[in-house]
Amino acid sequence: MTVRTRVIPCLDVAGGRVVKGVNFVDLADAGDPVEQARAYDAAGADELCFLDITATHEARGTMVDVVRRTAEVCFMPLTVGGGVRTPDDARALLLAGADKVAVNSAAVARPELVADLADRFGAQCVVGSVDARAVAPCRWEIFTHGGRRATGIDAVAHALRLAELGAGELLITSMDRDGTRDGYDLALIRTIADAVTVPVVASGGVGTLDHLVAGVTQGHASAVLAASIFHFGQHSIAEAHAALAAAGLPVRAHQAG
Amino acid sequence: MSDTVALIDYGAGNLKSVHNALNAAGAGHVRVTADSALVAAADRIVLPGVGAFAACMNALAAIPGMVEALNAAAVDKGRPFLGICVGMQLLADRGEEYGVTPGLGWIGGTVRAIVPDDPAVKVPHMGWNDVTPSAAHPLIVPGEAYFLHSYAFWGDGMIATTRHGGPLTAAIGRDNIVGVQFHPEKSQGYGLDFLTRFLEWRP
Repeated sequence: MTVRTRVIPCLDVAGGRVVKGVNFVDLADAGDPVEQARAYDAAGADELCFLDITATHEARGTMVDVVRRTAEVCFMPLTVGGGVRTPDDARALLLAGADKVAVNSAAVARPELVADLADRFGAQCVVGSVDARAVAPCRWEIFTHGGRRATGIDAVAHALRLAELGAGELLITSMDRDGTRDGYDLALIRTIADAVTVPVVASGGVGTLDHLVAGVTQGHASAVLAASIFHFGQHSIAEAHAALAAAGLPVRAHQAG
Repeated sequence: MSDTVALIDYGAGNLKSVHNALNAAGAGHVRVTADSALVAAADRIVLPGVGAFAACMNALAAIPGMVEALNAAAVDKGRPFLGICVGMQLLADRGEEYGVTPGLGWIGGTVRAIVPDDPAVKVPHMGWNDVTPSAAHPLIVPGEAYFLHSYAFWGDGMIATTRHGGPLTAAIGRDNIVGVQFHPEKSQGYGLDFLTRFLEWRP
């Protein structure tokens, strides 16, 4: 086979607690990101993504602790994003056990941050995270502040720039679709995936297993990220893998236990 | 197991994850160290590494006595040695990332950029892929492991391959020395089982 299509559950974390929670029944503490990470580890997730949506700078240190505790018990790849503004922010997360660090707003303000991180820590651990909204047919713009603030920056051009500067992966989120369960913005994902040599992770809008499949077959993504369909027990990681496999895509085998 | 494991700290990345995984795999005494004397005295040695070949080799060479201690322990005394990712690539004669840099030269080969013919094949090679044994080796069993790299080893001592736009080296070895391109510390059950085999290995 070849490299597998990755299925990546994403957890929103604020102040060290999961915000949009997982509905796994047998968790001792469903608000603890580490407990939820363990559940996804056991369920065979290919990677895990923590998104720190903490509003205040003071609370950011707690994310490092969450990553450290997760890395002690989960032996799977971990991407952490949200609030990473400097190489020191990234370093603290990597030293705690994160494998990849996603940069978003700070790289809108200063794309060269991606080059700084890639030079220092290696391109393979830098994820360029792009939040985009459609502004015209086949034209997307970068939005910041949770999709509320327009920047006037062309999303495709920005994504290409981040890849050129050394991002080893791009995480592309459609702000139009995020939370809608209407499926990925496939034209957005495909436009970027076809234009770069690095892997693209599709994000924003998954409501069904077919959406995950379309992210790869029509969006040309290398990995599919989703939150609520997994968190609320609508579908398991194994079901996601099975749907991708049924579409002829390479996925990991599921071992019992 | 009461063997001491020296996990070499040369500022190259994910030590914490490797340390955690070695503990979970049953290691008794892991010493995270930049002290060449401790490395020379250790029963087993693990060399991790993320980032660029040149930066990693330069950082390793900058530690007084470290390359000599590694040669004495792994090559002369035959202590079990494991290199992970760039830690594996450093076993080669040379790497071509950011200029040509000599490696440890323990296993003949060159580390070069992955350049796929097919533009749909993405680099870095990132994600789970096959570990397919290409020679009998007590540590290598078929399975799926997590890879994350843009450069790959081409040379001697191949013991396992994977496929990403063509065959790539997944593991190399000779005698008491083994190197894996994949990340056992991030490969869940497959990776922990691999580390347990390494910790019990009597080459």
